[in-house]
Amino acid sequence: MSAIYILWLRQLKRYLRSRARIIGSLGQPLLFLLALGFGFGPTFAKAGGGNYIQFLAPGIISMGILFTAVFSGIEIIWDRQFGFLKETLVAPVSRLQIVLGRALGGATVAMMQGAVVFVFCLLAGFRFHRGLFLPVALAFMFLIALLFTAIGTAIGSVLQDMQGFQLIMNFIVMPLFFFSNALFPVQGLPKPLQFMIHLNPLTYGVDGLRGAFSNVFVFGLATDFLVLGALTTILLGIASYLFSRIQI
Amino acid sequence: MIEVQDLVKNFGAFCAVDHISFTVAEGRIFGFLGPNGAGKTTTIKMLTTLLQPTGGVLRVDGHDPQREQHLVRRAFGIVFQDSSLDEELTALENMELHGVLYGIRSPERRERIETLIAFVELWDRRNDFVKQYSGGMRRRLEVARALLHKPKILFLDEPTLGLDPQTRNHIWTFIQNLSTDQKVTVLFTTHYMEEADRVANEVAIIDHGKIVAEGTPAALKEQTEAKSLEDAFISLTGHAIRDEEASSSDRMRAMRKLWRGSGKR
Repeated sequence: MSAIYILWLRQLKRYLRSRARIIGSLGQPLLFLLALGFGFGPTFAKAGGGNYIQFLAPGIISMGILFTAVFSGIEIIWDRQFGFLKETLVAPVSRLQIVLGRALGGATVAMMQGAVVFVFCLLAGFRFHRGLFLPVALAFMFLIALLFTAIGTAIGSVLQDMQGFQLIMNFIVMPLFFFSNALFPVQGLPKPLQFMIHLNPLTYGVDGLRGAFSNVFVFGLATDFLVLGALTTILLGIASYLFSRIQI
Repeated sequence: MIEVQDLVKNFGAFCAVDHISFTVAEGRIFGFLGPNGAGKTTTIKMLTTLLQPTGGVLRVDGHDPQREQHLVRRAFGIVFQDSSLDEELTALENMELHGVLYGIRSPERRERIETLIAFVELWDRRNDFVKQYSGGMRRRLEVARALLHKPKILFLDEPTLGLDPQTRNHIWTFIQNLSTDQKVTVLFTTHYMEEADRVANEVAIIDHGKIVAEGTPAALKEQTEAKSLEDAFISLTGHAIRDEEASSSDRMRAMRKLWRGSGKR
């Protein structure tokens, strides 16, 4: 347990100490929030969708979490190249504990990033109606964070260096974001696109978060929770298996 | 303390370690010498549970690094060729992290950390971030960290690479004292032959994955009729300069230099 805690604490300290990283990874979500939120707002309202910022904010918060979470997971590659990973690998600690410590640390960091985006959403005019459901929102933020940190950890355990980084950004992270319900509603989309969006785990996270804030769930609170919970467990399993196979 | 029998490691068709055997008795200092790419680091990685051998028998403190990983991991401390400190943490935090990972409880952990940090003369800089440390300070901190959990065996992979003579001397004196006072068994690699000559009780010279000579430094010099261990080394391994293929970590290292400036390392 204490090994998990100290590795969690390490991630947290590293995050809080790198202001450049905090501010840097805020850029993209804020850009999307402001440009799309205000740019498409009138069109969205005319089409009968209501206030677009209200719709968009949970998607943008999820985006902030998604990006930070995947990055935190992939950080394994840096630790591997710059040596720190060896320090943990020769320690008498099970690989599962190392993965859990890292993943929980990365997830916490991603949640904090999500919280900062949330504050900016409030500044941009986002209003959530059900204050009591903040715990539900936090739970979904945590699940999204943990799920994608696990995915990042799994990827980071397999890759040798940062060469594949662009590949991951453009073929995994970006599609996960765009082919979800983060930016637009799923109803009325072409069937193949709908199908893809339903396969995307982020969709259930955004739906859960959006539901927590507005009480309108497309898939239902239980479904969102079960899908995310199950996937997170499975991916943590895969991540620790891949991590345990690392040889340097 | 360390037993290696018929150890083999293949990477695909390439044989990095080719049926080597040696033993290191308790409290001895063993120098593992060889040109670049000879298989030294690969052997250390197998002894320290980081890499699975292709064949052979290994015993570290009587345990098998493959099957009894945690027992082996508790028994040794290691200073890697590359720094394995977290640069974004302070020296104290790096030590603390190590102590917790090795399950050392608090009053003892604090005491040992303070003693060791003072011992490697980093007390005044204990709250500085490691990224502000010079190469020598990092190395000293790593030696201190490797000793935190009172290992019976210490692996040092080129511990003095790139350090000035004062720091090298400081580190070696410290390590010699460990071996005589606390019976810590030491296995080290180095390219500085005069260091090996001075410090090691026994040395083994490895080339192309095979041990080509083994014995006390004096015996090796006698065997090759060389004046210094360096001459003996050259006469045993030849003059050819070895080219190592640049690995991804070399490329990464180059990248990091580009990013952070080379001044600090």
